Amino acid sequence: MIDFELSEEQQMIRDSVGAFARDEIRPAARPADESGAIPAPLVAKAWQFGFVSGAIPEKFGGGGDARSAVTGAIVAEELGFGDLSIAIHVLAPRLFAYPIVDMGTDDQRAKYLKRFSGADFAAATAAVMEPRFDFDLSALQVSARRDGGGFVLNGAKCYVPLAAESDSMLVYAATDAAKGFAGVDGFIVPRAAAGVTVSEREKNMGLKALATYELTLKDCRVGADARVGGDKGIDFSRLMSQSRVAFAALGVGVMNAAFEYARDYAKERKAFGVPIATKQAIAFILADMAIEIDAARLLVWEAAFKLDKGGDGLRESYLAKNYVAQSALKLTDNGVQVLGGHGYIREHPVEMWLRNARGFSAIDGIATV
Amino acid sequence: MIDFELEPQVLNQLKMYHMVSEQMMRPISRDCDEHEHQKPTQFYESMWAASAAAADIQIGHDKSKKPDASKPAAPRRANLLTVLSTEELCWGDAGLYLSTPNPGLGGAAVMAAGTPDQKERFLKRFKEGKPKWGAMAITEPGFGSDSSAVATTATRDGDNWVLDGTKIFVTAGQMAAEKSDGFVVVWATVDRSAGRAGIKPFIVEHNTPGMSVTRVENKLGIRASDTAMIVLDNCRIPLDQILGSAEVRKEGGFKDVMATFDATRPIVAAMALGVGRAALDFVRDFLKQQNVAIRYGISPRRLTAVERDFMEMEVQLQAARLLTWRAAWMLDTGKRNSLEASMAKAKAGLAVTLITQKAVELLGPLGYSRKILVEKWMRDAKINDIFEGTQQINMIIIARRILNYSSKELN
Repeated sequence: MIDFELSEEQQMIRDSVGAFARDEIRPAARPADESGAIPAPLVAKAWQFGFVSGAIPEKFGGGGDARSAVTGAIVAEELGFGDLSIAIHVLAPRLFAYPIVDMGTDDQRAKYLKRFSGADFAAATAAVMEPRFDFDLSALQVSARRDGGGFVLNGAKCYVPLAAESDSMLVYAATDAAKGFAGVDGFIVPRAAAGVTVSEREKNMGLKALATYELTLKDCRVGADARVGGDKGIDFSRLMSQSRVAFAALGVGVMNAAFEYARDYAKERKAFGVPIATKQAIAFILADMAIEIDAARLLVWEAAFKLDKGGDGLRESYLAKNYVAQSALKLTDNGVQVLGGHGYIREHPVEMWLRNARGFSAIDGIATV
Repeated sequence: MIDFELEPQVLNQLKMYHMVSEQMMRPISRDCDEHEHQKPTQFYESMWAASAAAADIQIGHDKSKKPDASKPAAPRRANLLTVLSTEELCWGDAGLYLSTPNPGLGGAAVMAAGTPDQKERFLKRFKEGKPKWGAMAITEPGFGSDSSAVATTATRDGDNWVLDGTKIFVTAGQMAAEKSDGFVVVWATVDRSAGRAGIKPFIVEHNTPGMSVTRVENKLGIRASDTAMIVLDNCRIPLDQILGSAEVRKEGGFKDVMATFDATRPIVAAMALGVGRAALDFVRDFLKQQNVAIRYGISPRRLTAVERDFMEMEVQLQAARLLTWRAAWMLDTGKRNSLEASMAKAKAGLAVTLITQKAVELLGPLGYSRKILVEKWMRDAKINDIFEGTQQINMIIIARRILNYSSKELN
């Protein structure tokens, strides 16, 4: 039955993560964007929320919380409101942990999940994207060829967050290129493995506080036990639907950040003796932003809800993510526009949000719920 | 708890509405569009028979119903069910939907502002006898969006109110005022100097002397529905046919108009959804026949222009639908929804206008032809971006709410 009310628990989570995002992440966002570094104490504090360990089963040292994509979307939106780079950074270990929780073998769970139960941030990541114009999640070019008992990985990845900081990462590769999503497997690859090269840190237009890297795999051999889920493999399509929901939710947070900032500015800033918000030309932009935020959030929640109900959520998450990719760009651009010349100056955060939001159309697969 | 699932009973109900759309509306859709003022009486009779059985008029906040403390309160969802059924019926034909004999917006006003006695007196008729229509008359030749500019007057004269003025764009006005035992809710001012506070709704019974339909408009779309001009010339009605209090207070009758809009805007949004979905379904089936696949999940850079357009139509419609459901759900759960109702209306009106325009484009020469209904849906869709508050008026309402501005501060 249709219901738009968050559960009490979800409201509490939203409020506490929201306060953290507003009070602690936001003030750190601009300095982090300029310096390229996220303060370790902030990451440590985020870690205490249990964003990663909470949903890991108790017997592997986690909190044993039930996973919900809807709740995940609520958390991601709040973090995205704080800062997109910092949000992706603190959530990045999920990229490694969650597929193993959901689809790994018992041995893999026992071996790789305990590292997330400690008091300190445990960097971990996944390599999904590839540096090509026609990069397509359903047609990966990084390949995994069977060789004896194991696999040999070849190809290039990009936008791998925290690759240089992580001991192990998940690398997604096509074991059977003809099968699309179904032909993709995930492999647990130690960063130190022979044939793995992590590039210099990437330099991007936005997300400048987030450390991302290219990854080259040249005849990188891994054992059969490195394949997530063993012979059963993984449901890559589902993992990517979860990822789209996470990204879209982060995007809603960015949209909301731009909206609030522009709204407050427009009520303060005077032109011709009155606040510019009293002019329809500005007021309508803000009204449109408000509609688009709610529309996007509901699309994201619906996609998340489908996932929670066991559906594949492919269509819903794909449409929601593409919707957010467009509207986050539009809204952050509006944010700059409402501030006018001041929006172009790096003293205000709106130009940073515009640079960050442009990433949604380019980036996939590096966040999850 | 967040939930986007419709339960089986509701889905079954919607299937019924879908059958009505498919079997009773679509077959006469084109004909009613081509012959604007022809009345599909057979359709009226069938709809009347069907709805009399299920008639339980519940639109907006129904304050007359006290919860029965002895029973666990079943969640109220009349408004959600209304938007769901409205979408389904407007998938069939929005013009015919608007011409369906029912209390309409007049009924909504009675529900929102009437006393229990008035509700009984004026709404009972919709459960018995011959087909009847209710209508609401606000707009005048001198104003559209600025409903505070009502110039029609209501003057107290002994045991009567005397109404004088001209109303235009009254949906189903002809059917309500002259061609059935219906009524028209007329907004008139009891005190022009009092501005908004003086504006009150009055119920005028069909064929009341002094009320006449002087013109029925020719329109771009929704042609199956009559849009009337109604002249009130020394039109006398009993004193008790004012809805709500006659007293002119600072925060008076105008709030009732606004409360009505909170309930009706989601319905208009749902009308738009129905028309939009008609176009979307048509395009989807058509592309399937042409073996054009819609590939979800592939790189957005590999999508064809047609795929992109189709997906954009689809997601815009769904976004509008979720906003509409939310606005209706809020009414059902007793939350104030003026902001959300305007959001739903603004989004749906514009989205569906664009969706249906795109549908004509995607079908090329076929889309432009009157052989199929897509061009009609484009014409039908446009009204949803206009009536019950234009796109722009809803944007102003939204802007005022999010900025916390009064109508004086932002106008």
